[in-house]
Amino acid sequence: MTSGITKYLFAGFGGQGVLFIGKVMAQAAMLAKRQVTWIPAYGPEMRGGTANCSVIISNKRIGSPTVGKPDIALVMNEASYQKFIASVVPGGTLYVNSSIVPDLQGRDDIKIVRVPVNDIAHEIGEAKVANIVMLGVIQALTPTLEDEILIKALVELAGKKPELADLNSRAFKAGIEYAQKHF
Amino acid sequence: MKTIFAKTSGLTERPFHYCPGCTHGIIHRLIGELLEEMNLIEKAIGVAPVGCAGFCENYFSCDMIGAAHGRAVAVATGAKRARPDRFVFTYQGDGDGASIGLAETVSAAARGEKISSIFVNNAIYGMTGGQMAPTSLVGQRTSTSPYGRDAVTMGFPLDLPKILTQVEGAVYVASVSVESPQAIKEAKKALRKAFQIQLDGLGYSFVSILSTCPTNWGVDPVEALDWLTTKMKPHFALGELKTPALEGGSNP
Amino acid sequence: MAMLMKGNEAIAEAAIQAGCRLFYGYPITPSTEIPEYMSKKMKSSGGTYLQAESEVAAINMVYGAGAVGERVMTGTSSPGFSLMQEGLSYLFAAEIPCVIVDVMRSGPGLGGLGPTQADYFQLTKGGGHGDYHSIVLAPASVQEMVDLTKEAFDIADYYRNLVIVAVDGILGQMMEPVEFPPYQGRKLSPKTWAASGAEGRPKNNVISYYLTPDLGESENLRWGQKISLMKESEQRFSEYLMDDAEFAFVAFGTSARITETAVDMLREEGLKVGLFRPVSLWPFPEKGLSARLPQIKGWMSVELSSGQMVEDVKLIVNGQAPVGLCKRQGGMTPEPEEVVDAFKKQMLGRGQG
Repeated sequence: MTSGITKYLFAGFGGQGVLFIGKVMAQAAMLAKRQVTWIPAYGPEMRGGTANCSVIISNKRIGSPTVGKPDIALVMNEASYQKFIASVVPGGTLYVNSSIVPDLQGRDDIKIVRVPVNDIAHEIGEAKVANIVMLGVIQALTPTLEDEILIKALVELAGKKPELADLNSRAFKAGIEYAQKHF
Repeated sequence: MKTIFAKTSGLTERPFHYCPGCTHGIIHRLIGELLEEMNLIEKAIGVAPVGCAGFCENYFSCDMIGAAHGRAVAVATGAKRARPDRFVFTYQGDGDGASIGLAETVSAAARGEKISSIFVNNAIYGMTGGQMAPTSLVGQRTSTSPYGRDAVTMGFPLDLPKILTQVEGAVYVASVSVESPQAIKEAKKALRKAFQIQLDGLGYSFVSILSTCPTNWGVDPVEALDWLTTKMKPHFALGELKTPALEGGSNP
Repeated sequence: MAMLMKGNEAIAEAAIQAGCRLFYGYPITPSTEIPEYMSKKMKSSGGTYLQAESEVAAINMVYGAGAVGERVMTGTSSPGFSLMQEGLSYLFAAEIPCVIVDVMRSGPGLGGLGPTQADYFQLTKGGGHGDYHSIVLAPASVQEMVDLTKEAFDIADYYRNLVIVAVDGILGQMMEPVEFPPYQGRKLSPKTWAASGAEGRPKNNVISYYLTPDLGESENLRWGQKISLMKESEQRFSEYLMDDAEFAFVAFGTSARITETAVDMLREEGLKVGLFRPVSLWPFPEKGLSARLPQIKGWMSVELSSGQMVEDVKLIVNGQAPVGLCKRQGGMTPEPEEVVDAFKKQMLGRGQG
């Protein structure tokens, strides 16, 4: 997070919406007139059931668009935890979906934030929005952009489905509230 | 003075390069006549192959595109999709259409491309000097089957029109020959129908024409006609093999 | 207004906006979003999308549509690009304008799907037979993919030559904010040569052969003049912190982006380094690179291949300074730190750390 550049990695099973929250982040960064890149893992990695994308948000022109060492990483499943925990930059933050990722060996030089986002999503009434809940948690603890910009991006990406925009906004706020209460 | 015969305006003034007794010239004339009679000269885009007919763009009076070996039907597809208002035909030999370009032929037929293919089968590779073709007969001696085509090691001749009858998008498939005036008349009838089917937008039309190659068969022109009749014709399905259902045609 | 778009989709949209009316292609990762986008958008744009049975057929469909004078494109990835090489040779000889996109993936063989630049030789030296050249443009951002794709159609028509837009899988898959500003095109002559139906004019033949060696030579010499003209007029490059640079990297596409970060890191250490980025891979921007020769004490090519472009760099540097190489292969990309380390080791004679 030095010199106005933040590197994100979002990883999980296909279907957990990790590419989507990367897109929300990228869309919001664009709306905030920041420089941004979004790269998905593609090809055989996708077939294996895990998906991930990386996002860079910067105040100045982005050179390398690849993210080898994320400042902020999110792992929605155990396989992603194993694969990516070592890559987080020292001093960075790893967000873990504790609903399904057991308490595994961690690292002392990074912050590990465990949130049962599946359970929180379940309480909201829609299991699919666990990813958006986590986005809210990330926003509460390690914000790069304004809350309003992220909500605007969520609404824009919901397209012509106001009920989806509403659901996503609720999930996002639930994530923020959870983080404020527990961390 | 009354003109009783004139060369068709569907052909240019360029003299053919074909060998004596080769029937490409007859087939060219039939196509040239139809381009003229059906008022297609200014509307047609022909696609020339690689093979003996590889210079045919010099002979037809319409716009022509020279394709790579086997790719004429893909080129014609590209042209027709770009200009659906044009009449697009391919002129190909047996190597071009049934060997190196087999995938292109069958795939264009499956898509029902609104183009017409004229497939000239003389059971040998003429341009390169008499090598075995996909349509060479079992036992036929060529420069690459010097002991005769052996079915066990070299396989059997491919009857492309027969295959195409099984492809839904191929709406008209005919197999004709040009060894006699009667046969030539039948061939022209089939070509006219094929062209009309394209103009009516019905789908892919394909006319196979059994042809001679006295030079590479090693016979004189008259013997070549006899060889075509007695040796080739029994090996290939003949006639209108598939016609559009709306015409009350059959699909054997 | 800016919008977020994947590189592949941005290329497809730019092509439609540039008047591309026909797209023929065969799906292959990581370029599949191009045919997908075309299949969705071509119809409403008054054009035609057709899925070919193979890349061999696709490039020949391109040949057919280009021969009748329409703007046409195909998009593929390395193994599919290999299958198109025959077609490229014919397209050049028949002087049919068209645009081809190669979103490179790693090889040889079926290889992998990861990003690479290992098609450089095939792109710039010709993978088909005969003396021919394609103009090869190598954007390094999604915005540049838009701008260069639009221009590619004009360049193709202007020279009656094939133009290839070459990127790696990362650029094809990456999203960045992008804009589609109005494009001022080149002045182009009507395509009187096209085989579009001889209505009210003498017939046209669009062909690629000659019957006699003397005609063959005169045709090749004529094409050679065109190649020289393109080589003279179409060199493109971009520079980053080159003005006071004592050492320079040479890199294109994604490796140029990575190198840009490495340059920043080295500058922070007080080292005067810069980046020379070829935007046209063919013609290689030798004029631009030559102009920097007097000031540069060492060059380093950064490539996602075994080191292909470095041969062109060495040809131009011609022994006047050392030329190093930093590379990753098989779908891997270097971290900027690796580029920094390779630079220190090879150019400053210092080991890592």
